Amino acid sequence: MKATPARTISVFLSQHARVRLALLLSAPLFWLGLVYIAALAALLVTAFWTVDSFTGQVQTTWTLDNIITVFTGSLYQAVTLRTVGVALLVTIIDIIVALPIAFFMAKVASPRLQRILVIAVLMPLWASYLVKVYAWRSALSQGGIVEWLVTPFGGTSPGYGLPATIITLSYLWLPYVILPIYAGLERVPNSLLEASSDLGAKTWRTMRSVVLPMLWPAIIAGSIFSFSLSLGDYITVNIVGGANQLLGNLVFTNVGAANNLPLAAAIALIPIGIMIVYLGVARRTGALNSL
Amino acid sequence: MRLSRVARVTLGTITALILAVVYMPLFVVFVNSFSTSTSLTWPPPGFTLEWWGRAFRNAGALEGVTTSLQIALASTAIALVLGTLVSLALQRHTFFGRDSVSLLVILPIALPGIVTGIALNNAFRTILDVRLGVLTIIVAHATFCIVTVFNNVIARLRRMGTSLEEASADLGAGVWTTFRLVTFPQLRSALLAGGLLAFALSFDEIIVTTFTAGAGVTTLPIWILDNLFRPSQAPIVNVIAVMLVFVSIVPIYFAQRLAGAEQLQK
Repeated sequence: MKATPARTISVFLSQHARVRLALLLSAPLFWLGLVYIAALAALLVTAFWTVDSFTGQVQTTWTLDNIITVFTGSLYQAVTLRTVGVALLVTIIDIIVALPIAFFMAKVASPRLQRILVIAVLMPLWASYLVKVYAWRSALSQGGIVEWLVTPFGGTSPGYGLPATIITLSYLWLPYVILPIYAGLERVPNSLLEASSDLGAKTWRTMRSVVLPMLWPAIIAGSIFSFSLSLGDYITVNIVGGANQLLGNLVFTNVGAANNLPLAAAIALIPIGIMIVYLGVARRTGALNSL
Repeated sequence: MRLSRVARVTLGTITALILAVVYMPLFVVFVNSFSTSTSLTWPPPGFTLEWWGRAFRNAGALEGVTTSLQIALASTAIALVLGTLVSLALQRHTFFGRDSVSLLVILPIALPGIVTGIALNNAFRTILDVRLGVLTIIVAHATFCIVTVFNNVIARLRRMGTSLEEASADLGAGVWTTFRLVTFPQLRSALLAGGLLAFALSFDEIIVTTFTAGAGVTTLPIWILDNLFRPSQAPIVNVIAVMLVFVSIVPIYFAQRLAGAEQLQK
């Protein structure tokens, strides 16, 4: 065989796995490292800078002011608590709603129905985010369908506000929670469930002692999505949340209208810190492998 | 498990109820797009096709669609290349720091959207001094789209094994020939599935986009957000919303067909 340059390179590459690896990794690492990690690091640094109140330019003088403002200001504490509360509630609601539907899909439905249900759950996931938030705005509006549905039963529509935000966010992230739990349930062998009932366990006991322990990593994996996505959302609360603000709104206002990037960076450190803790805990349960 | 009849019926009812709640808001938008009222009241006082006609002539919405398509295509292309490279590296090699690399790929989607948004906004504006625009949106979208390609491709590589590639190398094929004739054909449907997801993710993204779009750039989601609160435009937003839902059926159909074809192969 002739030793063309292409051939020489090919032979060299097939003999040197490390060089092959370096070539494969260089572009993605360059991108993720340069674009993302550098940007995150820069964000951390910017949080210690300040803004000239006359020119609006970022000044590179070091100060702890932003950090102190964010961690001691009562506004920031209240908004952080509200945001974490909303994210936790959304996550809990999603898990409670996802468990029965995922169980029905994985263990009760016939294979045909199973495929239809997977599509039915996936469909809203592909529908636009804004469409879904807007849909809830329509449904919860004054004289909207929710009011029309609950008024005959003596209920009242929650209208726009924090409850509407929680409903909408739970709705948005529900498929992200259903799918990992469904995948996790598929991995629980039916024989195990039968063994449990042969040994005399009732349905509830089997769920608690057999299914739940095996499902735990899948549940945590699903919760990462709903928690993180809720933590960083500011558009939903703008559209259905009335006058309420979440952390995302504070960040967005400071980047845009208030033009105070350093303060926005300092506020953004709060969700980063919360997610690092959350991911750290999730990692110990082995949930990251079921993402 | 031998579930009692009552338990089965209960689970089935809960599932049906949840799905009803899931589809109710989308149904409301669909019906409202034909409503003669602009104030989202239910039930609609009358029906008209006026908004559908107007939506197709709305220059702002059409421009938004074009911009979003361009951005989604470009960021999907970047994500396909980078996602494939990184999954080949992680699946076919063992090296120090492998776990960190896989965490790095997941991070842009695991961290809240505002974090990714403000980090990139800050990097572009204060550190690099780049003007925000279509290019900065593409960079941002490609960054969080890598993970969807990565997930699909690495799952496929895991199932493929290496025996076919080894056979190809034993028969004298070079690294590139093996990739082109053996590895790539096996990856094709995984790339399509990952690419579709990346495309949908980018086309729909709003949070990171608002941080990385300059003043002059209007993607479709930005257009929707701008017009959501204008009473005169709200019915047109309904129409666009309905169209988006119907257009999104196409990728689901393809994704499901791919999944179905794979089950037949097994």
